[in-house]
Amino acid sequence: MELLLLLALLDGLAYAAQLFMVAVGLTLVFGVLKILNVAHGSLFAIGAYSASTLAALAGTPWLSLLALALAALAVGAIAGPSIERGLLARIYDKEQVLQLLLTFALFMILEDVQKLVWGVQPVFEDAPVRALGPVVVGGIVYTAYQLILLPGLAVVCLLFLVWFLRRTVTGRMILAVAHDREAAEAIGIDSRRIYLLAFTIGAGLAALGGALAAPTTSLVPGVGVQTIVLSFAVVATAGLGQIEGAAATALLVGLGRSFAVYFAPELEVVVPYLLMVIVLVLRPSGLFGGRELRRI
Amino acid sequence: MPLRLAFAVGFLALALLAALQPWLRFVLTLALATGLAVLGIMMLLRAGQVSFGHALYVAVGAYTIAFARPQLDDVLLLLAAAVLAAVVAGILVGLFVSRYRDIFFGMLNLAFSMVVYSLLEKLYWLTRGTDGIRVARPRLFGVALEGARYEWALFALALVCVAIAAALVARYLRAPAGEALSALKTRETRLEFAGVSARRVLFQAYVVSAGLAGLGGGITALATLHVTPLLVYWTHSGELVFVAILGGTANVLGPFLGAVVFELVRVHAAAAFPDAWQMILGLVLLGIVLLAARGLVGLLEELGRWWGRRV
Repeated sequence: MELLLLLALLDGLAYAAQLFMVAVGLTLVFGVLKILNVAHGSLFAIGAYSASTLAALAGTPWLSLLALALAALAVGAIAGPSIERGLLARIYDKEQVLQLLLTFALFMILEDVQKLVWGVQPVFEDAPVRALGPVVVGGIVYTAYQLILLPGLAVVCLLFLVWFLRRTVTGRMILAVAHDREAAEAIGIDSRRIYLLAFTIGAGLAALGGALAAPTTSLVPGVGVQTIVLSFAVVATAGLGQIEGAAATALLVGLGRSFAVYFAPELEVVVPYLLMVIVLVLRPSGLFGGRELRRI
Repeated sequence: MPLRLAFAVGFLALALLAALQPWLRFVLTLALATGLAVLGIMMLLRAGQVSFGHALYVAVGAYTIAFARPQLDDVLLLLAAAVLAAVVAGILVGLFVSRYRDIFFGMLNLAFSMVVYSLLEKLYWLTRGTDGIRVARPRLFGVALEGARYEWALFALALVCVAIAAALVARYLRAPAGEALSALKTRETRLEFAGVSARRVLFQAYVVSAGLAGLGGGITALATLHVTPLLVYWTHSGELVFVAILGGTANVLGPFLGAVVFELVRVHAAAAFPDAWQMILGLVLLGIVLLAARGLVGLLEELGRWWGRRV
């Protein structure tokens, strides 16, 4: 029993770390651009597939770890700017329903791009996990990759984002635009550049989340939709645009899910949404979200 | 051209097509069923809301028929059960989602539908997972119909359902409750200043749209005689939204026009590009959204105006 509890705890931790990486990108993009990128899940999937391909090419296990980072960087740097400049920039002043439809259309396209490039057969490459070997915690053998690297990177990522947004000039400019675009432009901030930067960081985080998740599961079509739905649940439970909130909620959802896996397997898929519905019924703007002012 | 005339011409054209090409009967029945579900989505779009999970109610209708079939042996009773189940599901989910707008509305619907998809897939003892459930062909008014006659009967029934649903929804859209939907899109706060509960307006439309999707799902199940979890997968919800945008939201003709065009194109295109079908849909959707076009109905109106100028 105790062993089972510990195992659920470790699983939950590893899972929460993965979840946070992709959810924080979604919430950042929403916070700044006020657009929910439905294609965020596809960027996660494309990051994951590219990472698998590169890791398989890398040859040695240690190089394959580097390959993950490279894949995420490449996907973020290519997809981010081209999507923001090519599509999103055209619809910032349109109604929200059109913005949603646009990213949804992009999602439909990218889901098939994935199938065309990587096929529909499961892809599995765990060289990066093997590179780090196992660790033993309380009598349980676990992979160091999932127990140390993933949560470690998630914490680094969180700290970096908080530092970057609150302590650097560029970060503060992003916050200013997120807070009030017009006022930010009035004091000379180029909001077009900020949008581009924020979206690219968000896309990169999605791809990084995918790249880091890739070695632990086999990739199949549909991973994109699972990701966007789940990370939306995390982000909505936390409150849209909340970064620390997303971390806390990812932990909550990750642990909730892994405990369900061990103690109530039928509920596994339902737990995150159950949490979300309960939270939203009690607090419509999420656990950490403030009340939004209504405009007349 | 008045809407009634357009529908009459459309029905005649469909009946003619179905008579000339027997295999089209099945396709057109499915198209009409899709159109019913899209009609519901179109109501929500008029309120400025888009649901990425409406296939949920299509599946509720279809699975209700699969589950009820052993006990019920009548097409009309089964359809009634399908609509009822979808309305009940719509009330349950609607009470929750009608509090939300825009992003939350769309994504919460997607989340609910994907949860139901996972459940349909996982609860094998109840739903037989991805294999789905076969539906034995039911009787109509106590008469057991075979092959082509069953197809004709179902096609005719679908036409009747479409005629009734389109007439009722057209009335609804002209009534205060329907006009309030467009007001909800333009400025919700003003609607509330006028003493109308925006939440109730959206809730009503949501339940009606769930019922319509359930009816569409019921007809689909009766036509294919087989239900699978794919009915509620996000791609299906995406197709419904796609057809709604393709058809246009100007009037009740749009959804059916969109659905017929969509199904006819799909019969050929989906077979030719099975792995790129979503991509093609996405590209067309992107085009419509970026050009801010008003769908096929808008195109028809433009055509009508052009014709009017010439004559």
